[in-house]
Parts: sequence; C-alpha cells; structure tokens
Amino acid sequence: MTGTVLQLEHVEVGFATADGTVSAVSDVSLAVAEGEIFGLVGESGCGKTTLAMATMGLLPASATVRGAVRFEGNDLVGLEPEELRRLRGDRISMVFQDPMTSLDPAFPIGDQVAETITAHRDVDTKTARARALALLAEVGIPEPERRYGDAPHRLSGGMRQRVVIATALANEPALLLADEPTTALDVTIQAQVLDLLRGLRRRLRTTIVLITHDLGVIAQICDRVGVMYAGQLVEVAAVAEIFRAPRHPYTQALLAALPDQQQEPGSLRVIPGRVPNLVTPPPGCRFATRCPSVMDRCTVVPPLAHETPEHLIACWLSEATKRAADPAGAAAAGGAA
Amino acid sequence: MSLAVASAAPARRSLWRRGILSSRKGRVGFAILVGLVAVAVFAPLIAPHDPNAIDASRILAPPDLAHPFGSDALGRDVLSRVIYAYRVSLGVAVGSTLLAFLVGVPLGLYAGYHGGWVDTVIMRPIDMVLALPAMLLAVALIAIIGPGTNISAIAIAVIYMPILARVVRSSTLVVASQTYIEAARARGTVNRKIIARHVFPNAVGPAIVQATVLMGFALQIEAALSFLGLGAQPPTPSLGSMLADGRDVLTQAPWVEIFPGLAIAITVLAFNFFGDGLRTRLDPKGVAR
Amino acid sequence: MSGQVQAVDRVAPVPAAPPILEVTGLVKHFSTDRGLLGSGATLHAVDGVDLRIHPGEVLAVVGESGSGKSTLARCILRLIDPTAGRIVFDGRDVTELRGRQLAAFRQQVQPVFQDPFSSIDPRWRVGKSVAEALDAFAIGTKHERRERVLDLLDRVGLDPSLAGRRPHELSGGQRQRVGIAAALAPSPKLIVADEPVSALDVSVQAQVLNLLADLQRDLGLAIVFVAHDLAVVEHMSHRTAVMYLGRIVETGPTETVFRDPRHPYTKALLEAIPHPDPERQLTGGGLQGEIPSPIAPPSGCRFRTRCPVAIDRCATDDPAMTAFGDGHAAACHVAAATLPTD
Repeated sequence: MTGTVLQLEHVEVGFATADGTVSAVSDVSLAVAEGEIFGLVGESGCGKTTLAMATMGLLPASATVRGAVRFEGNDLVGLEPEELRRLRGDRISMVFQDPMTSLDPAFPIGDQVAETITAHRDVDTKTARARALALLAEVGIPEPERRYGDAPHRLSGGMRQRVVIATALANEPALLLADEPTTALDVTIQAQVLDLLRGLRRRLRTTIVLITHDLGVIAQICDRVGVMYAGQLVEVAAVAEIFRAPRHPYTQALLAALPDQQQEPGSLRVIPGRVPNLVTPPPGCRFATRCPSVMDRCTVVPPLAHETPEHLIACWLSEATKRAADPAGAAAAGGAA
Repeated sequence: MSLAVASAAPARRSLWRRGILSSRKGRVGFAILVGLVAVAVFAPLIAPHDPNAIDASRILAPPDLAHPFGSDALGRDVLSRVIYAYRVSLGVAVGSTLLAFLVGVPLGLYAGYHGGWVDTVIMRPIDMVLALPAMLLAVALIAIIGPGTNISAIAIAVIYMPILARVVRSSTLVVASQTYIEAARARGTVNRKIIARHVFPNAVGPAIVQATVLMGFALQIEAALSFLGLGAQPPTPSLGSMLADGRDVLTQAPWVEIFPGLAIAITVLAFNFFGDGLRTRLDPKGVAR
Repeated sequence: MSGQVQAVDRVAPVPAAPPILEVTGLVKHFSTDRGLLGSGATLHAVDGVDLRIHPGEVLAVVGESGSGKSTLARCILRLIDPTAGRIVFDGRDVTELRGRQLAAFRQQVQPVFQDPFSSIDPRWRVGKSVAEALDAFAIGTKHERRERVLDLLDRVGLDPSLAGRRPHELSGGQRQRVGIAAALAPSPKLIVADEPVSALDVSVQAQVLNLLADLQRDLGLAIVFVAHDLAVVEHMSHRTAVMYLGRIVETGPTETVFRDPRHPYTKALLEAIPHPDPERQLTGGGLQGEIPSPIAPPSGCRFRTRCPVAIDRCATDDPAMTAFGDGHAAACHVAAATLPTD
C-alpha cells in the first residue's frame, strides 16, 4: 500500500447547543491512502459532513474537536487559524454540494480560479491567468478563453460545479474533500462530473474523500468506503466488498432499503425507528436501538476492528470486534496492516 | 446537518425566554419600556404636582427635593410636565404606529400575495409617498389640516404606513413562495383564508420589529413637530414643546431642556433595544427548523 | 410481460376502464419579464403533452430539471393555468373551472410535495394541517373531522398523539407522512406527487414509498408520480412517461420502457443511473452537453443537439409518437425507422 495522506485518530466532535452538547462525531479513526477515492456514506445527521469540516478546520466556534487529524505530518486539530488557512485551498481543498453558493456571483469565474492560485503562490497575474485557463480546460469547460470572464450565473449547474472543481484543484492539493458534489445535479450531468473526478484522479493522482448519501455514486467511483451512523464509523471496506458482503447490520439495512424493481411495491425493507437524539445518544453502539440483532453487549461501544486486512467492522457480532475488545485473545488477530 | 438533529425539538415555551429576554439588549429595552408605559398610564398618580400650575415664586428654580427636575420659565414643575408630556408623546408614538400598522400591513399582504396588477395598484402610490422626505410630508399635511396631537399622529401614520407596507410585502413574497401556500390552495382553502391563516402569521414578524423601532422614532417626530409648534398645542405639555420652551432659557436653566431631551433619548433607545430583541425572537430561523 | 412473478401485480388493475385523467395537447408558456424595456422572452416549460392515467394506476413522469415535469404537475393540479390544451378529469373538462367547481375538482385531486420542510406551515399544529382540506370543504362536523384526522395519522403510520405537535418537532420522514395524510383527507381519487421522496434519506425514503404503495393499493388511488430518480420510478410505477424539454419523448409500461427503451434520451438516462453495484460501472462518456434553454428550444426534435444518433431529418421534422405495441411509444425518427414497414 502507498502512503497515508489523511489519518484520523479518535476524532470526536461536539456541538454546544441550548439543549446540551450534540455528539456529532464519536471516536472515528480512519486512514485514507494516497491516490485513492475514499467514500464516506451515511444519512443526514450521521456526522459525515461534520467530519470533513473538522478536517478542514471549518467548524463553527460552538464545536469542540478532540482527537487527531494527521495530514502530511501535522495534526490539524491544534493548528492556528492562519496555518489552516494556508493549507486550505492549497494542500487540502473542498468541493461543496451547491455550486451556486460556493462561487462568488459577482466575480468572473476565471478570476475566481486565478485568485485561489495567487492566494497561495507568489505568481504574477499573467501566470495565474494562464494556469486558470489550463485548469478550466482540464475540468472540461468548453472554450475556456471565452468563458473566463463569465459570471457564474451564466453557467449551468454542471458547468459551475466544474469551475468549483477547477478552483479546488488550482494548487494541486494532496487531498480533495468533496461533499455531495453531484447531489444538486441531474443524473446525466452527475455522470459527467463523476467521470471528471475519476479522470482527475487518474491523471493527477489526487486523493479524494467523497462524502455522499448516494450508494450508487459510491459504487461508481470509490475504491474504499466508510459507513457512518449517528456519528460512529461502523464499517470500512473495499467498495466491492461492502456491496457484495456488508457485515454491519446498519450497512445491510441501508442496502436493503434501496428501491429495486425486483421487489413488490410496498415491500421495501425499512429500518424501524429513528436516529437517536445525539444530545443523549444511547451508550455503546448507536444503532442498537434499531438493530435487528441487538444484544446485551451493545451497550458497550464496539471497537472498529479488522475482520480481514481490508475490512473493518464495529459490531459485537464480529469476532474481530470481540478480539479487539479483549486483549487477552488478541494474539490471533495480529498481522492486520 | 448534525445541528438539525439537535434542534429538532426545542420546547416552544422557552422561545420567549430564549428570544427577546436572552439578549441583554432585549431585557434592558423591555424593562425600560415597561417602566415608561407605566409612567404614561399612571401619570396622574405619579406626577408630584399639577403640570400646568404656575408658581411665580419658582420661575426657573433649580432642582431640589420637592421638584427634582426644577421648574420652568413659568414656575411649572418640570418633572410633572415631563411625566404628562410623556403621556402625550408616547400616546402619539404608539397610536400613530399602530394606525400605520393596521393600514400598511393588510396593503402589503395583499400586494405581495396577489402580485401582478394588484401589486402595482397598491404599491405605486405607496412608493410615491415613500419618495417624499418624511418631515416635509408631515409639515405639509399639518399645514393643510391644521396642528394638534391627533393630526400629528395621523401625519406620522401617513409617513409610516408605506414603510410597513413595504416590509410586509417583501416578507409576504418570501412566504407566498413557500410550498405550504401552494398546498393550501390545492387543499381548497380560499385566498382570503390563506392570507389570514398562513401568510399573515408567517410574514408579520419583520413588520412587528420594524414597527417597534419606528415607535421610538415616532416619538422623535412628534417631538420635532411640537418643537415647531405643529404638534400638541399649549397648554398640553409635550416633550417637543418643552424642548422649544427650554431652548430659550438653555443657559440660565439647562434642566428645563435636559430632562425632556433625556426622556426622548431613553425612549428611542429602549424601543431600539426591544426591537433588536424581537428580531431574534421572530426570526423564522429561530422558530422552526 | 415477462414471466416474473413479482411483475404480475404491476399491471394496472383496470386497464379497460376509462381514464380518470386525460391531458391533451397541454402547453404552458411563461413570459420571462425582462424589466422595463425588454420584450420578455417565452419560456416553453410544457409544450404539447398528452397523457392519460387510469383509476388505480401509478404513472411516473420522469425527466431532468428543466424538463417541465413539475410544471405539468402543477397544471394538472390547476395551481397554474395552462396556456393551451385540455385537462379532462373523470370525463369532465376541468381546464377552465373556477370558484365552486374548481373547489369540487380539488377535493378529487390532491398534491404531495417534495420538500417536507416547506410544504407544511411551520406555525400550524400537525392536526390542523391534516384537517386543512376538511375545513376548506366543510366536510363533516367538527367532531367527525377530528376523528378523521386521528384516523389519517394512524393510516400513514404516525401516532395520533402527534396531532398536537408542531412541524419543527418532527423528522423529515414524519413531516412527509403528515403531507400525505393531508392529501388523503378529502378522499381524493388522484394524487399528484411531485418528487415525494427525493428530499428523504434512503431508509426513510423506503418507508414513504411503502406507505404510498400500500395506500395506492388499498384505496385504489391513481397517482401521478413525478420523479427524477429512475430506481424509485422503476420500483413504484405501472407506466412511465419520459419528459425532455417540455415534451414527452417516450411512454409505456414501466417494465418495457426500462428493459427496451426506444428513445435515445431514455437510453442515455438509464445508462447514467449510478447503480449501487460496483460491477455495473457507468459506461463512461455518457450523454454529452446539457439540456438546452427552454427559452429557445432546438428546432425539430428537441433532443437532437445531444443525441448520439441524430440524422439530418431531426433538425427539420418534429418526430411524432410512434407506437411500438403494448402501449409503448416513442417520439424518435431513428427509432421509428427500425419498425418493419409492412
């Protein structure tokens, strides 16, 4: 395996609210390898966006982050705002869901790309412009010379998202965080943007963390995937593995809930109950309140453990989790990378 | 995302506390206003003297224990006059704003909800009124109808009505584009009821905030009109006419000028603070979602 | 129909019955206001749509943004007035209805909207929202209405005690159930659901789809199901109509349309679905370009600017619907040419 670009260690994120502290992310550890597309999937409120924001240092003041976010040898959690700013848009960049609000409506698109370059590199405007033009061409904007001076509203949603991606790639980041980058787009445009991301990874070797609720998108473009539920990371595996043999009951339930023409209308499998209130989350596994296989032990947090070298799972049904929780029997579990 | 989960069930009862009274500004404004309204309402009980009793022995007498704000050029007790003047001025301020609210809000609701030619017919004249300088408009109106407290209240209402109509119209445009309005139509609810039950409650918030702030300024306008002799007529005390009286004796007896001036300043400030508090309370983001 | 056991129930129950809703030549143009001087351009949102739906049938209308599917839904609901065309409901022309007669029509045809957050009044208690149509049409006594609201909440899988709650205390899925209960309140014959599950999470989406399917079957409802998610459409509908730039380009039994699409746009749309199955990768390339502006739609076939198989004729002749049998039809010159001319 190649080097690790991003390593999260026991990351916890809490939000102070009037009702108490919301435990939005709970003890998430995760490593993203160089050049891979890592998918983070889960439903609204599962903490996937919060996790990305924590990585970028973009959480509001009401948030407290514990644990470590290691990126290129630095722990981003303790970093000064100015150091973080220097990293953002340079070594790490982000693509958001809504391409309209992530571009300044009153500013030509080409200049917005060029600005990202001049903010981090000591180059003259001419060089920045040339580089911006090259980037616009790279992300598939037709006639970049002519489009350079266009305001964002003159572009369609798909084209805007391409510009946002160009901006994110401007300084050849080591890591690209893409939060629901295709959710606002039509399906044929989504296919184009996914194709673009795949091509960029191939040509530029950019590491991409893709956050989405759409299992279809995950299946199409990711190498590995992490499944989150109510702030906990419950399963990590290669994408083929997750779809072929999901191990965590939540992952299984999520996949079973997808509409499918093989099933009679009205007979989709559903997950009973609701996501727990994260101000007072259940102790232990947070899926326990809805899990068909719940048992007594689920009131203790199951550690995320290597079922196989490539497949991690946090569930007391798994022998690996049991071994990880019980160091006495851990000898047999060694050897995991 | 995660915050949405957290704020899913805030108890509605606590909104009042969390809203206006959660900000110090809102609390201070609210407390002062309660005090001021009490003063205006109970003026005859509070005022130590008859506001119009002339006492030749106390002409321009400085403040003392019996007359904490001193006496004016006719020997009248300034404190009592401020209290009574306050009653008049606050009455004009509240009355005029209320009048403007009662007329302006329905106009704004109808214009915003129906749009098209209804909007044009309602809003064009209103825009024309808005285009005129407020004070000039008030003076012109009084020049036509004649001075007096009621007239200045109406003049202020005429100035304010377009402002409130505009505010309501723009919030109505936002509310009217919500799907629940379309749903209500599809459920067979008639326009009149949609406006009364859906649009009004959801769109009126900003107008209430605006009206609160305007009340403070209405007090100022009333004072200005009275100062010019166009508002309350003697012997009715009003803060503006007291300022006019005090101007002549400013160097010898500054208390005649200072106390009515302070009363105006404090009131405007209180209304502004309270308005700010209301803003957080009525902000739709603070209520739902 | 193939021999699949599961597929049998997908056939519309009463295909021989007269349609509950028939739309003919529906056109909706919007004039875009260009300020004081500009002569506003015309936006061709819906441009000549024919469709029919039978009692107890689920008709899916699919398309991308700008296809006009939502405008079509709002025309059917009579929330906006069509520019031209006819809407016949239950044998009666409802295109021009006003006042009391329009209200009577509205009892029969109810909407379910996409966004569960904006489609119920945030200040109204849940029970009041559900009762809105009952109050508007003065159905039953006050007591009966209250009973009905509690029944409806129960019917859509909500605890009747939620009637006293306000929307912000509810989850998105619960709100969508409230919206469905409100739509069912006046016992409509037709539900027009505009993207009813696209704002919901997968697990919640499954619950709401199940609910809609149950209600449809139990109450014999006809549903116009407007959606962009093809997997949902394939699961839910008996028939599918594919829209592109204000026109229906292909229509037919859902299974046939998905298995044997004739129009190149339908094919492209199906190919662009990201399947939750890593073995079924998108074939790359896919459809190039984007949907043209509905202010100046292309001449001839509207899809020709993005069509991989367009021929000269497509720029001049507007293709008519060609029948491929079994109610399956598509508007494409190239597809029509594949039919044997006997």
